[in-house]
This record gives sequence, structure tokens and C-alpha cells, in this order.
Amino acid sequence: MITIIKKMIGGVPVPDKKELSEKAPVEFAGIPDELVLFMSHHIGAPAVPLVKPKDTVKRGQLIAEPQGLVSAALHAPTSGVVKAIEPRFHPVLACMSEAIVIEPDGKHEPVEGLAPKASDLDSLSAEQIRAIAREAGIVGLGGACFPTSAKITPPEDKHLDTYLLNGSECEPYLTADHRVMLEEAEKVIFGFKALMKASGVSRGIVCIEDNKPDAIEAMKQAMSGYDGLELAVLTTRYPRGGEKQLTQAVLGREVPPPPGLPYDVGVLVSNVGTAYALAEAILTGLPLVERVVTVTGEGVAKPSNFKALIGTPVSYLIEKAGGFAGTPGKVIMGGPMMGCALKSLDVPVLKGTTGILVLTKEQAVQEPILPCIKCGKCIDACPLGLQPLWISAYAERGFIEEAESFRAMDCMECGCCAYICPAKRPLVQLIKMAKAEISSRRKARR
Amino acid sequence: MLSAVLTLGIAGLVFGGFLALAAQRFKVEEDPRVAEILAALPGANCGACGFPGCAGLAEAVARGEAPCNACIPGGDAVAEKLASIMGMACEAVEPMKAVVYCQGDNDRAQIAAEYHGVEDCHALHQLGGSKTCPYGCLGLGTCVRACPFDAMYMAPNGLPVVIEEKCTGCGACVRACPRDVIDLVPADKQVHILCKSYDKGAQVRKYCQVGCIACRICVRACPQKAISMDKDTLAVIDYSLCDNCGICATKCPMKTIVDRQQPKEDKQAS
Repeated sequence: MITIIKKMIGGVPVPDKKELSEKAPVEFAGIPDELVLFMSHHIGAPAVPLVKPKDTVKRGQLIAEPQGLVSAALHAPTSGVVKAIEPRFHPVLACMSEAIVIEPDGKHEPVEGLAPKASDLDSLSAEQIRAIAREAGIVGLGGACFPTSAKITPPEDKHLDTYLLNGSECEPYLTADHRVMLEEAEKVIFGFKALMKASGVSRGIVCIEDNKPDAIEAMKQAMSGYDGLELAVLTTRYPRGGEKQLTQAVLGREVPPPPGLPYDVGVLVSNVGTAYALAEAILTGLPLVERVVTVTGEGVAKPSNFKALIGTPVSYLIEKAGGFAGTPGKVIMGGPMMGCALKSLDVPVLKGTTGILVLTKEQAVQEPILPCIKCGKCIDACPLGLQPLWISAYAERGFIEEAESFRAMDCMECGCCAYICPAKRPLVQLIKMAKAEISSRRKARR
Repeated sequence: MLSAVLTLGIAGLVFGGFLALAAQRFKVEEDPRVAEILAALPGANCGACGFPGCAGLAEAVARGEAPCNACIPGGDAVAEKLASIMGMACEAVEPMKAVVYCQGDNDRAQIAAEYHGVEDCHALHQLGGSKTCPYGCLGLGTCVRACPFDAMYMAPNGLPVVIEEKCTGCGACVRACPRDVIDLVPADKQVHILCKSYDKGAQVRKYCQVGCIACRICVRACPQKAISMDKDTLAVIDYSLCDNCGICATKCPMKTIVDRQQPKEDKQAS
């Protein structure tokens, strides 16, 4: 069954720029000179290292184990020697963070006992699939990095009926999910069925934006052999792929504000990359040690999609993509709307890194920030129905309690307001500032 | 005409009487000392005492919940006044002042990236700063704007400067700094190790010309044994032992340690 969905609250039409890299097949990026693996790759408690400096490790070997339920294991992406365990600069947390540094030996030797867990889903129980997801250190690969084993073990009092597979990839420029769906459709659907089985949900909907017709076709074919799967084609509009936006558009169910999650309305949402990683873990036994990363933008010579080892330096990937074209203005980890600008290229690919975007000097020009004229465009654009102009105005003046009362904490930082603002005000940055202050005050109160 | 005057007049009398009664009946007993104490306090509402503004402190002192010397910016003079109002003895206030523990200005620290965005250190801190050093001053002047006594300014080289004569040690800048680069130290201490980087020496050398490289020369040189290593990577002075001899400042190979007792070439950081 195919449904075509057009409705959406808020959002902005952005040029998707996918043509730069959508035709580039996924290539293995190779083994760099150094891999940096942070203990905090995910939401939740940091993992705890199991190796010591000078230990030799093999590809797929467990090097850090999860702490508690909401945490993820970490594995060596290739064979080599542990060079150090030291704090490195974490590009997303923007602070020094404990990391295992591995010097690869180039042999790419897999660890002993790396074998397929099963060849079909009938032989696995729901608990076994959850255990595989946990052992393989799988996290949500859409960017938020929520540990998948925790997601597919929702609280018992929640009644779940639908699982959404998120292939909308609404961020401009990025094509990692697109290529995965096109090249590995069978595995993605296999992984999706595994996710559904593990969480005990019988209805699955594959959601794809209509700017990826070839991926829709590939997924449609892969789905044909399975029962209980539907396809939803969505019109292209940002931020289509936010899990709350997707739930609302596809099922018409409004997710309550934070701490509300889609499972409060009976829905689970996972990224296609996550489904693919789980399928790999089941079919080959290989834990999450590599992911597809798009290296794109007008500032790189050859926009590409790479299968990169987790921990590969950004500079290495840009080199592999033919280096810079012209003078680079800005390098962003993630997409242009929600990604974070990098101050150094010596940072590694994380489990949640969907892409590396290089903008040219001309594109990265900062236009002057003008005063707010209260036009209200940001209110129309906000997919969550917030009032970014007031939250940001309060944040700017240090009125944190007022910003909180305007529901600053509900903001998901999609960037629509800042994109549409005619005064070019850094609305999201101001709201983020308020959010950080609110959470630190909440922590202090506790 | 007459009825209107009468009605309003009588209504006025009734309400007036009621108000007069209410004022007597529900009178709030206020400690007269609160107003006196409030008048004696500096009135900057800096928050250094930990109470909500000077009025908050005045009430707490009058109730006996705060000591007479709680006002740090006011110093001994205010403490004595409060002590005489409260009729009690008071310990002297140790005068403090703010010190910016970073010399990594735009010339001496490596700039990793240009920053465009909200001109607030908290916003830049969320992005990791524009300098390579993940510990140093961010240079957007949030501390300067937080200072209630106009005792700070941004130097042209991108670092905040504390005007010692004006600094009262209230700590507003310390609380405003997202990187904890500013600390309060006893006002008579003049020798400081101006670095907060916990990176290893080789790393620090790459991005800063004046950062602490943890060579430990100062630790060995200090006759008072006042300097120790924090986490093995950063030298820190125990101010209770330091006697301002300044030997460490002369030995420091990176010029991270400054001695502000005599005029020096390094004056720009003072």
C-alpha cells in the first residue's frame, strides 16, 4: 500500500542540493593513520574502556562496554594497536572527552568468533534481537544516537502499534540514507523487520521523501516479499524527517511536548541506517564499526558517499573526496540546517555523523544581524508551534525563566526559524544558549 | 447635588475609617535596622554575598542569618558599619580581586576558526570556541558586561582586563565565565600562573605561546613549596603559602607566570 502525504505543520522549503552526491555510489573510504573513538558516542552514560594503551585489537573487538540501560558498546573498527586513552576534542559536545585512540596496522583483521548470528528472522526471538543490538553497540544513526536496544525495549505500560522507518532524509545535501536504501534495500528491510519483531510491532511503514524516486522504487521491490509493510511517500519539505513531524504527517498523531516521545502515541521511529546496521549485525555478526557518510558541498572537489570506519578523521575523508575546491569557508559536521560547524578538521567521524558538508568562502558569508521586526515568519515556520522571536529575545537579554516559560526546552533546533528570518537573526543559537542555561539551572536545583 | 456630596462624603468616611483600622490591625513589624543596613551597603546588587541583591542581604543580616562581613565589595568599611548597627563585633573581610587566568590573546594563541554568531561567550562555548585551546578565554566579553562596578574592559588584543583599583572581588565575572577562566584571589597576591589548560605540554606548545607546558620548573623553584601540579598537566599556586617572592615568574620558560609587583614588559596582561 502506498500513501502520498503532503500535509505538514510549519517547516520551510529549502533547496535540497542532493544532486551533488546522490549519484555517487558508496565506496569504502580506506583505513586512516589514526582512529579516535569517543566513550560518549550516544545519548546516555559514557561507555567504559576495556583495553589499555599498547593492547592489540582486531576488527570488531569489544573495546568499551556500556554502562546501564541507556548506553552503547564500542568496537574496534579495524585491527591495530591502542595508542592512547586520552581526552580529545569532541566535535558535538564541544569539549574535551575521553577517547580511545587506535593506530591501525593496515591488515584489517577481524576478531575471532565474528560469525553470522542468523540467516533469517524466524530463528531469532525478540530478546535475542535486542541482545544483538546491544552487543553490536547500535545507536540511532539519524544523528541523535539514542541506543537502539533501549528504543526497542520500551516501557511495558506503553502500547505500541506502528513502527516508522525513516528514510526521508530531509536535510539538504545529505545522501547517505538515500544511497543505503538504493544499494542495500534488501538488508534495510530485513533490519526493519528485525526492529519490528524485537519491539513486538506488527505494522511497519517505510517513509521516503518524493525527491528520491529511485530509492522509492528499490525499497518497493525489496518490500514486496514481506507482509505488514506499507510505503508512505512524502512531499519534500524540511524538517520532514523529525520523528515527531513524521509521526504527525504519516499517522496524524501529535506527539506530546518533551519529555513526550513517539512511543507515547504508540509509535517507534528508526532511521534506515540503523535498520541497515542491525541487519549487518545479524547477517554478518559485524558490530557497528562503520557507517555511510556523505562528503559533499560546493567546497569539495568530488562529492562522494563513503563507508567510513567510525573514528576516521574528517580531514582524511575530505582528502578522499578530492580535497577542497577553491577556498573553503565552513566545514559542517551533519547537514546545513542542524549540523555543527567544525573549528578543526582533526576530529573523527562519530556514529551519528551523517555527512561532512564543505561550503565555499562565498557561501559562508555572514550577513549583518539586524533587529527583529516582529514579522512572525519564524512562528509560521516552527514545526513545533513555538515563538522563536520571543524565546531568542529573552535569551539575548538573560531572561532565562521567561525563555523557559515560552517553552524553550521544546525546541528541537531544526533551524527553520533562523533560515526564514529576514533580519538574519541567529535564533537557534540564542535558543540553544537558553536551553543550556535552563538545563544547568535544573541540574543545580536537583 | 446635595445627595451626591453626602453619598460620596459618607462613603469616603466609611472607607477611610476601614483603611485606618486595617492599617492598625494588619501592621507589618519591620526591623528598623533593615533600612539602616541597606543604606550602608554599596547598592550594586552584585550578588557576591549569595543573597538576592543588597535588600536581601540587609534582611538576612538584621535577622542574624548572615554575618556582618558578608558584603565582599564593601570590605572592612561596610563590615564595621553593619557591626555597629547590629551592635556586635565583626571579623575583618579578606579583600579579594578577580584574575583572568589566560594570556592567550589574538596574537599569542592560535585562532582555529572565524566565529560569526551571537556575541556571547556562552554561545561560543557551545561550539568549542574559536581558538584551538579548549580551556582558554573565549574573548567575547561576557565577563565585562557582567561586571557591576565597571572594573573590566576588553583589551584590543581580545582579552578582558581587570582594573585592580576598581575591582571589589564580588565575583560576578567569575560566575559569568562559561570556561571558569576567572578566579577570585586574595588582593595582596601578585604572582599568578595565567593558564587553565590541562592539555599536555606538547599540545599546548602547538596552540599557545604562553601556556603552561607542565615543565615543573616552578614547582622545584618555589622556596615556599606553594606550587603543585593539578592533574599532572597544570601548575597551580596555593595562595595561602605564596609570599609573592616572584622567583617562579623569573624561571617560567613560557612566561606563563607573571609577577605584577614591579612594572614589566608583560604589563598588558595585568
